[in-house]
Amino acid sequence: MTGTALRSGTRRGRGTAPARGGPRPSGPRTQLTPYLLLGPTLVVIAGLLLYPLYRMLVMSTQDVGLREIRGEPAESVGVANFREILTSEVFWQALRNTVAFAAVAVTATLVLGTLVGLLIHRLGRVMSTTVVISTMLAWSMPHMSVATVWRWLFDEHGGVANWLLNQAPNWLTGALFGRADWSGYSWFLDPLPLYFVLTLAVVWQSFPFIAVSVLAGLKSIPGELFEAARVDGAGPWRSFWQVTFPLLKPVFAVLLVLSIIWDFKVFTQLHVLAGGIGNPATYNLSLYAYAEAFRSPPRMGLGSAIAIVLAVILLVITVFYVRQIVRQEDVR
Amino acid sequence: MKPMAGKRTNRVALNAAAVAVIVFSVFPVFWMVSTALKTNEDIFTTDIVLVPTSVTWTHFREIFTEGIGNTSLWIYLRNSTVVALGAVLFGSAAALLGATAVARFRFRFRASFLIMLLIVQMVPHEALLIPLFVMAREAGLTNRLLGLVIINVAFTLPFAIWMLRTFVAAVPRELEEAAEIDGASRFRTFISILFPLVAPGLVATSIFSFITVWNEFIFAFTLMADESGYTMPVALRWFIAREGIDWGGVMATSTVMTIPVIIFFLFVQRRMVSGLVAGAVKG
Repeated sequence: MTGTALRSGTRRGRGTAPARGGPRPSGPRTQLTPYLLLGPTLVVIAGLLLYPLYRMLVMSTQDVGLREIRGEPAESVGVANFREILTSEVFWQALRNTVAFAAVAVTATLVLGTLVGLLIHRLGRVMSTTVVISTMLAWSMPHMSVATVWRWLFDEHGGVANWLLNQAPNWLTGALFGRADWSGYSWFLDPLPLYFVLTLAVVWQSFPFIAVSVLAGLKSIPGELFEAARVDGAGPWRSFWQVTFPLLKPVFAVLLVLSIIWDFKVFTQLHVLAGGIGNPATYNLSLYAYAEAFRSPPRMGLGSAIAIVLAVILLVITVFYVRQIVRQEDVR
Repeated sequence: MKPMAGKRTNRVALNAAAVAVIVFSVFPVFWMVSTALKTNEDIFTTDIVLVPTSVTWTHFREIFTEGIGNTSLWIYLRNSTVVALGAVLFGSAAALLGATAVARFRFRFRASFLIMLLIVQMVPHEALLIPLFVMAREAGLTNRLLGLVIINVAFTLPFAIWMLRTFVAAVPRELEEAAEIDGASRFRTFISILFPLVAPGLVATSIFSFITVWNEFIFAFTLMADESGYTMPVALRWFIAREGIDWGGVMATSTVMTIPVIIFFLFVQRRMVSGLVAGAVKG
């Protein structure tokens, strides 16, 4: 809808002033106005997003410690920072954590979100509204609140999770997790249980966005298509893969890319659950970059190098997002 | 048509699934609020108390009077509000101008600008932390709320323009042209025709930016050194970093921080989907 409005606007523009392409009879003022209007935005983007990217590139080839932060000129070290991280076990562990977490969390979020979207689509009015509003509570919570609440749910002493696991039959929890007594069990010391809780917290907060987006897509599909699939004898499984999924492919493409981008750079929740930067085994790339740059003594050059690795990975993924959006919206 | 009995079990199964989703979504929120309202005896027990046996407001009173680390929650709330409102004020003004430019004018770099906007919107802020920290130090803006305001303007502006441009484009151009024929100046047209019609969109966009800034943690955490400059998320982070976590107080703080966001969020949720998924969802 928004795309159409924009398109008709520009088409009219072409009609009135075909030579210059301006929507109004063009004088010199017309040509200058859009640039003036964009002035503040361009200053902000150039000064606070592009220039820092440049500074980060420069810093990644320098040795930036306490003295350099205080204003002394930094010494260039070439690619030493990159060489150091690429040969560091912590970096590879952080990369593994980042990728594995994103893979699991994105899959879980998309599957759960899609299922809930389909569910809401088939529910009655009252029930669907209730589900939407409840999931919205999770969606809207600040990351910091989400992190503290899940930290508390899995607390070793007063946490609900350990209590629930103690209530479950011992043979069951024993067979599943190799542990029967959960009193005082801490989830936040080793990477695996820690990332399990992190995944829960992130999926819990992220699936509502997927569900609502899928629901909006479902509502745009004419009901006759589902009807026709049913007449042809298709069950829910087949009608999803043959009707819903092909039609909503652009939606799923955007949701997939956005989820990957978001889950690749999770910081706040991990910072809380891991209890800071004390345990390198728990790092993902953003926590690792932060840890190197802000531990004492700080190594901002090394941190920048790690941040660049993260930024490059995300930039590649962003290209897919931009291509999808440009294909759907008229940006010309 | 399926037989009636099959249909009914289907209904039951669907509603059961719905209840499961509701419980999964609401429980952590319920648990936050219920912990905040429990007495310490009910909180620190190995036998979980689901519903508080007696509701107490002690934790809320304590975080406001005794505060967290001797600083009242009012200070943190004030800091968060100042930063969020400041960023929204500057950001929305710039966004309105920028959105008008891309929605109302055709100029040479329009397409490139929009694509750049999409890309910078996705630049990971976590990666920019290090250079922005160094720049803030050079400019003497560390430990000052102004520094946070400026950085947050940069982080919220791209999405704000992206969202607002559709609102501007939706205002019929004929209205402005009519006003101009009647002799109104460009500026006058902007103020008395475009602005009132775009105002709802501006409110929605501002609320988004407000929520984003209100929730921002990592920059506030690294830039603000003094307790008195902490924003809500930083205060909360600090609160749970201490020995023997006071879970009642932590959950009360968390509740206070969450409530305004939830209220705002319910207003603008629909637009969030259309803003991010853009033309992919048409409905």
